[in-house]
Amino acid sequence: MAEPAASVLEVRDLKTVFRTRGGEIHAVNDVSFHLRKGELLGVVGESGSGKSVTMMSLLRLLPMPPAEVRGGQAFLNGRDLISMSDEELRSVRGAKVGFVFQDPMTSLNPVFTLGNQIMEPLIKHMKMSKAQAEARAVELLELVGIPDARRRLYQYPHQFSGGMRQRVMIAIALACDPDVLIADEPTTALDVTIQAQILELVRELRQKLGMAIIWITHDLGVIAGIADRVMVMYGGQIVEQAPVRELFANPQHPYTRALLQTIPRISGPRDARLKVIEGQPPILSGPLTACPFRARCEFRHDTCDQLNPARRPIDGLPLGKGHDVACHWHAPASAEVAHA
Amino acid sequence: MLDAGAPPLVQVEDLKMHFPIYTGIFRKHTGDVKAVDGVSFDITAGQTLGLVGESGCGKSTVGRAMLRLYEPTAGRVIIDGDDVAKLAPEALRRKRPTMQMVFQDPQASLNPRMTLADIVSEPLDEHTDWTRDRKLERVYELMDQVGLNRRFVNRFPHEFSGGQRQRIGIARALALKPRFIVCDEPIAALDVSIQAQVVNLLEDLQEKLGLTYLFISHDLSMVRHLAQRVAVMYLGRIAELSPSRDLYARPLHPYAEALLSAVNEPDPELAARRNRIILKGDVPSPANPPKGCNFCTRCPKVMDICRNVKPSLAEVEPGRLVACHLYTPAAGSTGGSEANERNQQGETR
Ligand SMILES: Nc1ncnc2c1ncn2[C@@H]1O[C@H](COP(=O)(O)OP(=O)(O)OP(=O)(O)O)[C@@H](O)[C@H]1O
Ligand SMILES: Nc1ncnc2c1ncn2[C@@H]1O[C@H](COP(=O)(O)OP(=O)(O)OP(=O)(O)O)[C@@H](O)[C@H]1O
Ligand SMILES: [Mg+2]
Ligand SMILES: [Mg+2]
Repeated sequence: MAEPAASVLEVRDLKTVFRTRGGEIHAVNDVSFHLRKGELLGVVGESGSGKSVTMMSLLRLLPMPPAEVRGGQAFLNGRDLISMSDEELRSVRGAKVGFVFQDPMTSLNPVFTLGNQIMEPLIKHMKMSKAQAEARAVELLELVGIPDARRRLYQYPHQFSGGMRQRVMIAIALACDPDVLIADEPTTALDVTIQAQILELVRELRQKLGMAIIWITHDLGVIAGIADRVMVMYGGQIVEQAPVRELFANPQHPYTRALLQTIPRISGPRDARLKVIEGQPPILSGPLTACPFRARCEFRHDTCDQLNPARRPIDGLPLGKGHDVACHWHAPASAEVAHA
Repeated sequence: MLDAGAPPLVQVEDLKMHFPIYTGIFRKHTGDVKAVDGVSFDITAGQTLGLVGESGCGKSTVGRAMLRLYEPTAGRVIIDGDDVAKLAPEALRRKRPTMQMVFQDPQASLNPRMTLADIVSEPLDEHTDWTRDRKLERVYELMDQVGLNRRFVNRFPHEFSGGQRQRIGIARALALKPRFIVCDEPIAALDVSIQAQVVNLLEDLQEKLGLTYLFISHDLSMVRHLAQRVAVMYLGRIAELSPSRDLYARPLHPYAEALLSAVNEPDPELAARRNRIILKGDVPSPANPPKGCNFCTRCPKVMDICRNVKPSLAEVEPGRLVACHLYTPAAGSTGGSEANERNQQGETR
């Protein structure tokens, strides 16, 4: 039942619920995916579709309560993160998996120098001496393109620009040579020219270090430029998954299609009018018993109201290997096949 | 649809907005943040000028200074015949209804304790002596215009989605029938699927009501979609001002070129073939801009003269204004040609 060794991370049927005063929010609904060695997996989707919560559930980074991981497994090199003790998980966080949070200003501690923050995991997880850690910190800052790194080590976060802080966050995430880097909207708050610097850096790092990367963003342009494979999330589940070129050339889910049509292009003919996705995302107050996109879908029919469609390959390849989609419109007759 | 000869509704001439820096216990005036440092452009009635550039380059400050939300340091801002920068308080109060602003964050710009009706009719309270009923009638009319269901009239901001909240902000901006609206990143805080709704609405309203827009955005694809002409700003100054079609096809200023090359096209085939210009380093501080051209510290095509002489914005091709020594024939003469420096009325698409 194990995946071929090439999978660094394998997540199965992950389920995360928030228990709030207003009732439960089913934020992540049976999400399954894997990440291969050296691969860059892009995650896109509507705001609130569960992208961040999925990844944070894996590393127990959510406040519990209100969050509760209600089921699922997540094998990192064969060891299940979900059932691990807190102590074991602490040695994974930062050491085996690096996490870059969306807002670098809130995740860097303003009262410590950057050097301090980069060296801490090195001393803690890698058992380095202070001098070793310092040498490594300089190396890392140089790697992410911060000039004059040795002097910069003793400066505080507010002395860096937004783009530099984001690069420092990446340096911290890379400090212990993780097997997996998870980056949550790492470039969203940045200008396009700084964003281009970071994306260039990530391409370089992949070549040099061969790391596997999960990259969450709402920017389909970024995904087109760096991802090998893409998962599209909607309503707390994966609704489509495909290699990047396939997804852009041949989108199947009505949400993916609409999303690709709502964004104007920088070249080619200018659209007279932008396509819109009318309506609101679903309120995830219970388990999904119907398609979460149905209220906004132009292809809605009866089955969509009665049954939440399962993911189903469209190319005959095993789930996750090729192109799959969770949509009744696409496969009205054989919606349940994928459970087999 | 638009004739090229239409007169400009808006003319900005050499607008400057400097924020003083005070330091020490005696709050000594030690310098200025030159957020906007000599910006000129025109906008034809009924058209959209896009204003783009990196964070902190002065886009919002231009918009705010134009509407006298700040007191400009220098320059003229002629909107529909009046120099807004110099209007006396009472005249300014009477002018206000004709020029409005739509803000970036729909959440933060709406008072959470006011209902939709209160929010949208607030400008009517301020500028008209209409009866309650007449104001409510106008609120309903505006709700229809921006596509908000009349049943929502007594709801509070938190009961709306982001796109709906931005519609409330637009309805309020429209309440007094303005002719000119500064849209400051009106879609930046919205989810991708909602952005198109708001942009289409802005376009519909422009067509129906003949509105003129300054559309500030860092989304270069959206600006291409909306604007007839685009001004690219860098560190308080305009680097290039060109018809949208020309700019996107062939940017002239090296900064405009780098900026456009950095845009990620949602197309993996194109992305693989793309030639990106990766700029080194960060934007200098507007409190201490470089001598000479503002862009000289990062420009891939920098020449000696760029480090000493500030290039002025001049027409280098019909309808295209560029501030760059690559395009000044006699590089070295400081003045530039004053005749060309005035903003030309560009051709429309
Ligand atoms: N602390 C929390 N308490 C209650 N609900 C939460 C909490 N954090 C997240 N949620 C809910 O979980 C769902 C998924 O949120 P998540 O942050 O994963 O979305 P996302 O896809 O990352 O969106 P975005 O693109 O806006 O970052 C949302 O409905 C959100 O409201
Ligand atoms: N009230 C103020 N006092 C002092 N400095 C200011 C003030 N407002 C803006 N600035 C400075 O002026 C410069 C231009 O700011 P502005 O907000 O106009 O930039 P922007 O182009 O709109 O950026 P963004 O894309 O991030 O919104 C920045 O350096 C900013 O720090
Ligand atoms: Mg998120
Ligand atoms: Mg701004």
